[in-house]
Amino acid sequence: MGLFNSKTFRGGVHPFENKELTEDLALEVMPDPKTVIISLSQHIGKQAKPTVKKGIEVNAGSVIAEPEGFVSIPIHSSVNGKVTNVHPEPNTSGFPKDSIIIQSVEGDGLEKYPPLNPVSVTPEEIKERVRLAGIVGQGGAAFPTFIKLSPPQDKKIDYVILNGCECEPYLTRDYRLMLEKPEDVLTGLNLIMKAIGVDRGIVGIEDNKPKAIEKLKEVANKFPGISVEVLETKYPQGAEKMLIKATTGREVPPGKLPLDVGVVVQNIGTAVAVYDAVVKGEPQLYAALTVTGRGINNPKNLYVKVGTPISDVLEYCGGVKDEAVKVVVGGPMMGVAQYDFSAPIMKATSGIVVLTKEEANAAEETSCLSCGKCIDACPLNLIPTKLARFTMLDRLEDAENYNITVCMECGTCTFECPANLPLVQWIRLGKKRVLELQRERKSA
Amino acid sequence: MATTTANPTYRLELTSSPHVHSRWSTKQAMWMVVLSLLPPIVAAVLFFGFYQLLVIAVSVGFCVGTEAAIKVIRKRKVVIEDGSAVITGLLLALVLPPNFSLFFTALGAVFAIGVGKEIFGGLGYNIFNPALVGRAFLQAAFPVAMTSWVVPNFADAVTKATPLAIFKFEAAKVESLSPMFFGNITGSLGETSAIAVLAGGIFLVAIGVANWRIPTAMVLGAIIFGGIFYLIDPTKYPTPMFHIFAGGFLFGAFYMATDWVTSPLTSKGMWIFGFGISFVIVVIRLFGGLPEGVMYAILLMNGFVPLINRITKPKVFGGAK
Repeated sequence: MGLFNSKTFRGGVHPFENKELTEDLALEVMPDPKTVIISLSQHIGKQAKPTVKKGIEVNAGSVIAEPEGFVSIPIHSSVNGKVTNVHPEPNTSGFPKDSIIIQSVEGDGLEKYPPLNPVSVTPEEIKERVRLAGIVGQGGAAFPTFIKLSPPQDKKIDYVILNGCECEPYLTRDYRLMLEKPEDVLTGLNLIMKAIGVDRGIVGIEDNKPKAIEKLKEVANKFPGISVEVLETKYPQGAEKMLIKATTGREVPPGKLPLDVGVVVQNIGTAVAVYDAVVKGEPQLYAALTVTGRGINNPKNLYVKVGTPISDVLEYCGGVKDEAVKVVVGGPMMGVAQYDFSAPIMKATSGIVVLTKEEANAAEETSCLSCGKCIDACPLNLIPTKLARFTMLDRLEDAENYNITVCMECGTCTFECPANLPLVQWIRLGKKRVLELQRERKSA
Repeated sequence: MATTTANPTYRLELTSSPHVHSRWSTKQAMWMVVLSLLPPIVAAVLFFGFYQLLVIAVSVGFCVGTEAAIKVIRKRKVVIEDGSAVITGLLLALVLPPNFSLFFTALGAVFAIGVGKEIFGGLGYNIFNPALVGRAFLQAAFPVAMTSWVVPNFADAVTKATPLAIFKFEAAKVESLSPMFFGNITGSLGETSAIAVLAGGIFLVAIGVANWRIPTAMVLGAIIFGGIFYLIDPTKYPTPMFHIFAGGFLFGAFYMATDWVTSPLTSKGMWIFGFGISFVIVVIRLFGGLPEGVMYAILLMNGFVPLINRITKPKVFGGAK
């Protein structure tokens, strides 16, 4: 399939997709929970500063925290209700974060911004709206989107690439958004292009989503400058560097950003959020996500209010089966295993995957046989087995020379390793240590 | 702190990502190698008789036993179910001459595992291919026994030189390649039948256990290096095809050189390794004192693997050349 007509990159792996669990289920809106826990760190960068106190009544869409510093965004209440507390709460990242807790009440007091006309809106208006609406990238890193819409003057950008790969196994929320809201997706992309001042947009979609490809190609006819590229289904096709390589042939050098090769990459969910903010005037109050895995009773694609505890979402999906051994927020390749179900859904949450023992398949670790499969699989041409070994032996200079800091932690090496070595886990540790070493050197 | 919990009695795993695995394990790969060795084993029995099964059994038995014994002595976990000692036993038996002494076989097996593998720390840490270490030991210790070649299909054990020895010591060339292809010639148990080796070897490559680059590089290397000499003097030097089909070339290319542990990590390294082996084979066969050079060529190149790995570090994605 697709080998000869689809674009791609070197390396990568083919995990069991398991998308059939949810791909044909339409996105549905989950009712508001009783309580939301809205983290002040919805984004990479400095956490926002609360503007509300205990006891204050808020509406859905009310600003409850102001940005602090440049890489920061305002935060809105996702429900109508009363603030009951502001203090650290469990978080899907694994570390407690300062959060605003709101007890929700019935009501429809949604606070919106004035809708803007997508044709006559100016680039400045788009950027300001995206900032005010608190939009963050939906690809996982949760970088504030308005910053990506304002690249430095000296960088010449000629492409906006929309990531429709959804290369993580199990997840189908981008697929559903493309199928159900193709106009919103492409209008959102068009607005992003307009904000940056670029006239070419590409939607990259893996060839395992023929319906989405067909739909977007059809709608793309109405948008001059936007094309749909069919990419080989292979993990991690949706990683920024791989996506840029596959669609434009350009390689982002180590330590550089997509901006440096003239590209801005955005996610499907982000494009929809931009559309909602500009055209409908809605701040980002919902996360679209897939609740899936063989450990959940009723897998679903859902719109969930930001701040909803994971436990509420799991209950709404019929609860967790007895065979479940792992609850992962994000995709199974890069997501974070959860230990506290009271942690809330974040703006950038793309899925909850409940895995059974059989799916999680924790096998016993044996010794490295130098088979080289991790090297063949690494999309960044690293030697994972050596990087892991250097870390174990505390040979940080060697790890540095073998480019450990380039690793994006996609996990293909660990996925592929026949000896079941925790390669990327070692590399994560080594990367952290090498970065510390580099900081020490700088300050010395 | 926690507001609600779906079910507080769950025991959850909290290992970090990735949370799914290819399900491809070392153990599976090893048993696939064992499976792929069936055609050469069948060919060995067909051409040289049922006694060879005894040699195979003794070789496997002593390899597994030695590994288990050393693990017990070193107070390490016995992991013979991973199949690697079984493979060493099979490979060693298949590169022995027909009707080989069972006692010598056992000695070779103990040496292969003891010195070839466990002395380095066991699976994954050895530098040289253990089966070839065992064979090299037997070659050095029992040179006569290691070079008496029984003619296939003769019940009363007539001996005859191998095609390579005929070329080397009688300066004559074997006329037809077809017996070498099917295996109806003198030679080591598993090496004589090219078709059986190809069947198992191509299976191994197809399922991704053996990396295709190494056998490909070796065959191309034989064509290039063998071809150069053949073109220089076709009356004196054999054809490249002779190099490929004679002796242990194909068996070495598919089963010995592709050993994960003792071959290079990188793609470029695998090409260098394969070409290097072929070069040494051609040199030994044409100019050395021995008729056959596959074993020494692979062992020699095994020694170069750490160096090859170091000089073939791949260019990082997006990095400068």
